[in-house]
Amino acid sequence: MLFLFVVIFLAIVFYHWGSQKAIRLQKNKIHPLTARPAYHGLYLATWAITAALLSLFLSNAILPWLMYKKIQATLPSGFLESSGLSLDTLILRIEQSLEKPASNLSEILSTDLLEKLQTTLQTWLNIQLFLPPMIMLIAAGLTSLITKRRINSHFKARTIVEKYTQRLLAVCASVAVAITIGIVASLVLEAWRFFERVPISDFVFGLEWSPQTALRADQTGSSASFGVIPVILGTFMIMIIAVGIAAPFGLMSAIYMTEYLPPRYRSLVKPILELLAGIPTVVYGYFAAIIVAPLLRDAGNWLGIDVAAESALAAALVMGMMIIPFVASLSDDALKAVPSSLRDGSYALGATKSETICKVLVPAALPGIIGGVLLAISRAIGETMIVVMAAGLAANLTINPLDSVTTVTVQITTLLTGDQEFNSSKTLAAFALGLILFLITLVLNIISLWILARYRQKYD
Amino acid sequence: MTNPKKHLKKRLSREKRFRFVTFLSLAIPITFLTFLVGHIFYQAWPAFFHHYIDLEINAADLQSSSFKESNPDYRLLTRQLLEKNLEITATPQQRRELPRMLSPHASDDLAITLEKLPSSPTTPYIVSLPTSAIIDQYMTTGDNSKLTANQQQWIAALETQEKINRAFDTSFWQSGDSREPEEAGIWGSIMGSFLTMIITLLLSLPFGTAAALYLEEFAKKNFLSRLIEININNLAAVPSIIFGLLGIVVFLGIFGLPRSSPLVGGMVLALMTLPVIIIAARASLRAIPNSIRQAALAVGASHAQVIWHHVFPLALPGILTGTILGMARALGETAPLMMIGMIAFIVDIPSGFTDPSTVLPAQIFMWSDLQETAFVEKTYAAILVLIVFLIMMNLLAIIIRQRVEKKW
Repeated sequence: MLFLFVVIFLAIVFYHWGSQKAIRLQKNKIHPLTARPAYHGLYLATWAITAALLSLFLSNAILPWLMYKKIQATLPSGFLESSGLSLDTLILRIEQSLEKPASNLSEILSTDLLEKLQTTLQTWLNIQLFLPPMIMLIAAGLTSLITKRRINSHFKARTIVEKYTQRLLAVCASVAVAITIGIVASLVLEAWRFFERVPISDFVFGLEWSPQTALRADQTGSSASFGVIPVILGTFMIMIIAVGIAAPFGLMSAIYMTEYLPPRYRSLVKPILELLAGIPTVVYGYFAAIIVAPLLRDAGNWLGIDVAAESALAAALVMGMMIIPFVASLSDDALKAVPSSLRDGSYALGATKSETICKVLVPAALPGIIGGVLLAISRAIGETMIVVMAAGLAANLTINPLDSVTTVTVQITTLLTGDQEFNSSKTLAAFALGLILFLITLVLNIISLWILARYRQKYD
Repeated sequence: MTNPKKHLKKRLSREKRFRFVTFLSLAIPITFLTFLVGHIFYQAWPAFFHHYIDLEINAADLQSSSFKESNPDYRLLTRQLLEKNLEITATPQQRRELPRMLSPHASDDLAITLEKLPSSPTTPYIVSLPTSAIIDQYMTTGDNSKLTANQQQWIAALETQEKINRAFDTSFWQSGDSREPEEAGIWGSIMGSFLTMIITLLLSLPFGTAAALYLEEFAKKNFLSRLIEININNLAAVPSIIFGLLGIVVFLGIFGLPRSSPLVGGMVLALMTLPVIIIAARASLRAIPNSIRQAALAVGASHAQVIWHHVFPLALPGILTGTILGMARALGETAPLMMIGMIAFIVDIPSGFTDPSTVLPAQIFMWSDLQETAFVEKTYAAILVLIVFLIMMNLLAIIIRQRVEKKW
């Protein structure tokens, strides 16, 4: 917080400083200014902030390093090896002992050594708190010595400031690329570590998924099986049912809204349908688990069919309902993009409304609709909360929707929530699953975005 | 073609059938939605209220031999008050049944109330103490399976004296999570959600707007800008759980930020909201007519001045609308926050960005596992609160869109 205030303070001071100098120049009237005083102020402020942030970054990198060196120097040689503590944990525990004197550090450290360490740490913590703002001020001041001299009547402050802003905007835009790189890098690296323990062929072609057996340390990693096929099968089954519901319902409701519903009601119905998409998935999940699943089981009992308590169908039904508005709004866009000449031509030949829709509008809008359905598929595959709450955990190799199945997202959440050590095959398996999930949705997204873009060009 | 008239009739009836089918496919999801919302309302309602027992206290109770000033035993006092108000002398068996009439934290409530009073009140004072979950359940639904015969008798006695009544449950709004259904509240998770949303907004709004401005107004159509564009469109469709995985590796692993904190939660949700805001902001920038730009250029503004002085202010309402909708989506998100540990049993109300905390949807998820009726009610109540928040945000977006946004 302190740093934020320093930055704001610097910005205001240097802005004022720069614009005042420009105003003075203007008053002297040696030469008319080439940029308005505000730009000179902004010029000075941007440089001051850049210098301050850079120095903050540098001092935050160097000061902790110096502190570690100092603490290490205070410790007797060979202490870390004999105590079995890493320097990080030691410093963390000394820091805790500063706040709460009752700590178990006395077992490994003599009292005066602890005191010495505490004072060293305290000084360095204080330094880390107060030195960086000073460095920031000094750095900003030093840069201003150079930059301020450049302000004169011929100086083109505006062009420079504008160029600087444009670069800043470009950096912000490339954050999106950085996120993608971050996702790919972290998933691939963690998945790589997983594949070092479990062969990739076992993972991709294995027919059994039971990660839980690898929990204990005395068991070898190979005793757990990480075959991804049943998990993928479950995911696809739920997805197919959900999209099987959402695609026809979504398309048909879009047709009714665009073609039959009077515009007066349309503006009312559309937000309501969109509300269906806005309800959090955790609510749908609860609904699926507490209402739909028991309902299905009762219906199954009545018909004499055995339905699992956490059947795939319950999750898929509710998920289908959730995706309807998503498909509807994309189909709506696609139908609207069809030129009215096609529609008018069909009417002129004497076709009824339904014939026009089925034989002209929908075929013409088909690429857009398919793009929308693909996006819906990718959404259904990545959906988490509904399946976590309503679908099961056991990975059954089955195609019966009344059985309990599991999905990729369910497995990721179960593997990563709760207490477990970070480097086990179990946790790493979650990242391998994440990688698969990311790749599947990536391919689907790219195909659908490509179809949608092509389709838009066609009628534009 | 046998009979043209018959054929036409067939076609027209097909038209009617088609129309009906399309109507049905719109009506079914809307019926589902109505049922869902209605069901939530109906189930959530009882959780906002609780039954309280009014007990009379006077100075004599506080000066009795068993109640010492130095080390007051409020549990004992609570029981004695119940005995006095019910006009009974409890047998040892009844002494166990009596305290179960009241919520486990009733004696704490009593202690807090008494601290505010003068040490020896002259007039009798009425203190309202919350009933236990089983009594509250009995009073609301008439389910007496968990009550003993004595307890039923006592309640009947209290009812005839009109000493038991239903009131708005304020503790639901003021407390954090708890193992006891009577004490569990949503304030902790609301605060967690609020702190998380602040971080999300602070990160995604400036970055999203800047990226949209660059792509729409400055970028040349080259490989890089196309790459960024594809990236953003793809990111908008990446499953949210993937962002949680990124959060584990980068924010928790590499940056070493505290687990379960609103800071990390907000950062993860910001990554998710960013593409949504960028897409909305670009659409809103694109909607500004070119005549505005040309007019500004014509009077001598630079390209940057055109954008900062004219295009951006005009596009701002649209950008804000998109931001509110993106924030509404982030508010309802659970999966990525589960990954970074914001799904945990946390009693304390978070007060800073690095305190461990949970969010409203995560609280719903955790309560949804619990079987007690009181927790089922609370789950529905939390869902209702969340949905009301979301509807309010959506309404705000619609209002901004209709009032402020200009139609060109």
